[in-house]
Amino acid sequence: MTMPARDRSTSRPQLLKVASQQRVMIALALLILFGALRYDNFLGSFNVFSVMRYNSMFALTSLGMCFVIMTGGIDLSVGTTAALASVVSALLSPYGLVPGLCGGLLAGVVVGTVNGLLVTRVGIQPFIATLSGMLMASGSGLLLARNQSVSVSYDTSFTELGQGDLSGLPVPAWIAIFAYLAGSILLNYTAFGRNVLAVGGNEEAARLMGLPVARTKFLAYLQSGVLASLAGVILAAQFGAGQPAEGVGWELFSIAAVVVGGTLLTGGIGSVVTTLAGVLLLGLIFNVLNFENGMGWISLSAYWQSVIRGVFLMIVVMAGSGKKWAVFRRSLAH
Amino acid sequence: MSEAQPIATNARLPAVWPRLRPFATLAALLVLLAFNLAVTPNFVSWQTLNVNMTQVATIVIVSVGMTLVIATGGIDLSVGSLMAISGALAPLIFLSPFGLAHPALGVALALVVPVAAAAAFGFFNGWFITRFGVQPIVGTLVLFIAGRGIAQVMTNGNLQVFKNPSFQVIGLGRVFGVPVQVIIMLILVAAAAWMLRRTLLGRQILAVGGNERAARLSGVPVAVIKRWVYTISGFCAGIAGLVVVSINSSSDANLVGLGMELDAIAAVAVGGTPFAGGQAMVVGTLLGALIIQLLRYTLLANGVPDSAALIVKGAVIALAVWSQQRGR
Repeated sequence: MTMPARDRSTSRPQLLKVASQQRVMIALALLILFGALRYDNFLGSFNVFSVMRYNSMFALTSLGMCFVIMTGGIDLSVGTTAALASVVSALLSPYGLVPGLCGGLLAGVVVGTVNGLLVTRVGIQPFIATLSGMLMASGSGLLLARNQSVSVSYDTSFTELGQGDLSGLPVPAWIAIFAYLAGSILLNYTAFGRNVLAVGGNEEAARLMGLPVARTKFLAYLQSGVLASLAGVILAAQFGAGQPAEGVGWELFSIAAVVVGGTLLTGGIGSVVTTLAGVLLLGLIFNVLNFENGMGWISLSAYWQSVIRGVFLMIVVMAGSGKKWAVFRRSLAH
Repeated sequence: MSEAQPIATNARLPAVWPRLRPFATLAALLVLLAFNLAVTPNFVSWQTLNVNMTQVATIVIVSVGMTLVIATGGIDLSVGSLMAISGALAPLIFLSPFGLAHPALGVALALVVPVAAAAAFGFFNGWFITRFGVQPIVGTLVLFIAGRGIAQVMTNGNLQVFKNPSFQVIGLGRVFGVPVQVIIMLILVAAAAWMLRRTLLGRQILAVGGNERAARLSGVPVAVIKRWVYTISGFCAGIAGLVVVSINSSSDANLVGLGMELDAIAAVAVGGTPFAGGQAMVVGTLLGALIIQLLRYTLLANGVPDSAALIVKGAVIALAVWSQQRGR
């Protein structure tokens, strides 16, 4: 998985970052504008709320993934961590909101710790380390739930975490907004954020400068586990059940969202805000498809959404740099 | 994703270790077999061998292609989706009016076209990655997402149930009592091992993975080689897709090959092929897949639930890779 190291002059990544950030924001704005002009209820509160409620889970896993990728790693375990956390929190939901939430988060802390230790202490490549973390989390979730979904108690306020509204916005949306604010501050204004980018940019140089490389990476996997488990708690609260078999493919969807958001998989460059834009773009494609079907002009099955998402990811990757566009145009001309 | 390689640990391990390393996987398999002989009831039976070999065959078939991709320093996340495409195409062909009117030709096309299509998608992966300098993990993520969608759109998400003995030879047939897919598996493993040792392409694959820049400077057509390995990986996934649908007598685009990319990567990792590229242990991959399969069988046969077996599987994958890195 070692990628060929590219020579990075200081100015080019910076330019690239700005260019791709603008691109994803413009694309998102255009998609929203398109939807707002074409469909009546696109910006209606019902649609906006349901999009927010559902995509908040992916927003959280993608935020965690974003930090891990910025250190030059990857976390394949986010989906099954969410599944495990949904089971744990559902099992604890009869005791109330706080025990359910804390139990779920604890599951994320455990998985994140295992991943972090495997990567930093044992020295296993992130891909394999988190693949084994993924299997262990999935197995634990299925074991705890006895291979079935676990109903959430409706006697306590636990379900508010997924279904409730607060000051005019869904609770999951508040959680996601808060997480992204914290993530943005963490990345841009703290030593941890600078360490994350330094470690991902050039690990050896970061080590030689005396930065705490191992600790930074460990914390990255830990926060990814915690955010994924938060997504799992929301999953349980929103759908009224802890679902041990859910979360399949979430990790790759999150990676796609991060990539669409302009964060480089080689690490060292990234942005929290555009990751959220990436999540919303991929989520809104499905939403727009539904509306378009409702118009009656076309009738594309829901299966088209994966095709469209894939093509979209392809275009984003191709647009990664102006030079590559030139290559593409030349390849078309031939 | 570059992980600093630990500095040589020769001080702790004797110099013969690098030469013994390929046998470590074999030793682990033998230990597992010995454990089963001692503990698992009715382990020595034709049926045990049969069950394990038929189950492992599809994973090994996919893993052979994955080994070559990883040997170039890449990765292929799209194999499961390509299996779904191939598995969806085959019944569409032999159940079509044309296929029903010409049964022999229909079956022949149903065996050839899906594999060719999967190989073509594999070529697309290679083209995309080399043409735009995309990282393999992102480049193949495109078809991971879109590929299953294509299979679902082709079948409209419907389950295709069929009974076609001449097509299903690939999953249910036997030659001298050996299942056909096991024979295919062994042929592919042998062919890949031979190719890596004896052919120019094999040498060039290892050269690209070992040091891409050096390979390019010494005249290796790096982009061509990479397109080849992704095409081969798609080809293998296509065959595996046919095997899976013929075993099931049905094709479900939502399920065929789901999660296969990670199973295959795990088999390659346990088999001792390093993710940095430059080395390929095809026989090791076969042994790695057998270890993972036998481990699961051992646990299930001794009353451990499948969910607990998953936890053990995760731990064993980490353990195997850790021990290999120590030896390196």
